Amino acid sequence: MKIAVASGKGGTGKTTIATNLAVSLSRNGRNVRYLDCDAEEPNGHIFLKPEITKAEDVTVGVPEVDQEACSGCGRCGDLCQYGAITCVKGKVLLFEQLCHSCGGCMAICPEGAIAEKQRKIGTAESGHSNGMFFSHGLLDTGAIQTPALIKHVKKGIVEDEMNILDVPPGTSCPVIEAVKDADFVLLATEPTPFGLNDLVLAVGMVRRLDKSFGVAINRCDIGDQEVLRYCREEDIEVLFQIPNDRKIAEAYSRGEMMVDALPEYEKKFLQLNDKIENMVKTDEE
Amino acid sequence: MKELVVISGKGGTGKTSIAAAFASLASKAVIADCDVDAADLHLVLEPAIKEESDFSGGREAAIIPDRCTACGKCAEMCRFDAITLDGPANEGVGKTYVVDPLSCEGCKVCVEFCPADAISFEPAVNGKWFVSDTRFGPMVHAKLGIAEENSGKLVTLIRKKAKELAEQENKELLLCDGSPGTGCPVIASIVGADLVLIVTEPTLSGRHDLERVARLTANFGIKALICINKADINPEMCDIIESEARQNGLKVVGRIPYDEAFTKAQIMKATLTEYTSGATGGKLKAMWREIIYELG
Repeated sequence: MKIAVASGKGGTGKTTIATNLAVSLSRNGRNVRYLDCDAEEPNGHIFLKPEITKAEDVTVGVPEVDQEACSGCGRCGDLCQYGAITCVKGKVLLFEQLCHSCGGCMAICPEGAIAEKQRKIGTAESGHSNGMFFSHGLLDTGAIQTPALIKHVKKGIVEDEMNILDVPPGTSCPVIEAVKDADFVLLATEPTPFGLNDLVLAVGMVRRLDKSFGVAINRCDIGDQEVLRYCREEDIEVLFQIPNDRKIAEAYSRGEMMVDALPEYEKKFLQLNDKIENMVKTDEE
Repeated sequence: MKELVVISGKGGTGKTSIAAAFASLASKAVIADCDVDAADLHLVLEPAIKEESDFSGGREAAIIPDRCTACGKCAEMCRFDAITLDGPANEGVGKTYVVDPLSCEGCKVCVEFCPADAISFEPAVNGKWFVSDTRFGPMVHAKLGIAEENSGKLVTLIRKKAKELAEQENKELLLCDGSPGTGCPVIASIVGADLVLIVTEPTLSGRHDLERVARLTANFGIKALICINKADINPEMCDIIESEARQNGLKVVGRIPYDEAFTKAQIMKATLTEYTSGATGGKLKAMWREIIYELG
């Protein structure tokens, strides 16, 4: 089982829900794997305080040109759609940071003058947090291939166990990479005009991916009723609501788990999981 | 003309509400919404669209079923696992290959190497961009299609158009609302800007994300200032953030208290400074004066 916790708008409680859901399940005997796919700004470790036992460099393939063998024909530059390799006056120039690692230049070079070397884009760390598997990706400063790093983090998924994926905010390529294999997507939002606008975008995304999904409303008593109205009109299940509570905000600010600061929430997260598992089961049938 | 970009690292820190407040405080500015992935600024500024154009960030491969011989070369060469043998039958084969547009990165490798010349490569429309009028001046903004790529390219386009507009209309400031994170769209929104304001919050997550995004601005040699929003949630953390910032040569130009006005103003489609003349409004004005001073 793979549950992805996503949101159009940032700061709507994705990490709070993902980490507390993971811990609640783990404390109740489930085999849980928490995978933080928000590789640009990962925060799960702040709350789960994992013991990291493994750190790996994550690399992507980029071209390396043997200038001696190069005939300066320019076919590599003609093919490259990203401006990462170009041929000027018979000399090949590389802009590695723009490369998408498609392998086209190497395949098309008639002289076989382009080899592939590895360029580091970030680090993937994994370990344990109170008996639960933990992993996250850390994108290097200035690197742009977030999806490649997320792909690496997702290798930590074990199908027979409960995998909770913490997804980056938004609806573009890193988000798609993080949610595309999930069995269920939980969309976190807040009941404000910004929250609603970004929820509509996120719903469009999960519908295009044909995913089973539901909504969690954080700080459900601030703002207005428009998110609830939208969900009702669109026949979307609101599975979880968290009221605006200064105690939650303060615990969050110190990096404390919500289920520790307010233990009554553990049961609520277990109920949330039951609802999700039922929805996935119904969808499969 | 100077360019100020408001970014946040961590999402939900109040970046867009603060950018909107600046729009109402600035005189002679062009406004650009560079948070194309989850654009919200238009909800408060209510732009009246004057021009609308399609945005194409690249091309997209599509297999023509009638021509596909199911040789499998495309799927073998695609590094993005975007091609599968799930297409319809034709006269020659029972199943053809098909490209999943969500996984396709438009690299053209399959098009180039298909022996049957069966793959088309047409420009993809990834979204729309607009030039509009708002009650605070002209605004350039966009709507990226759902689950579309190339947000970095769209950000670059928006900034370029906004800059051209500012020059044409003799404006002194380009005010950009950036995106959260540290990746491609953020880099596209800050490269070459005169000043970046990072809006954070006094939480461990806010502090951690600030550290990462400040490394990014330093990496690109861009001057950055910090605003701590919801400051009273954890005053101790504010002090830690401020002292760490100082060690890195970064200045905290404002501490804004947690204020329900952030939500209420949104609902009223008003900027914070239009909505409240209370303490928050005063603090925002003082911060704005300091930013203008730092912009030079």
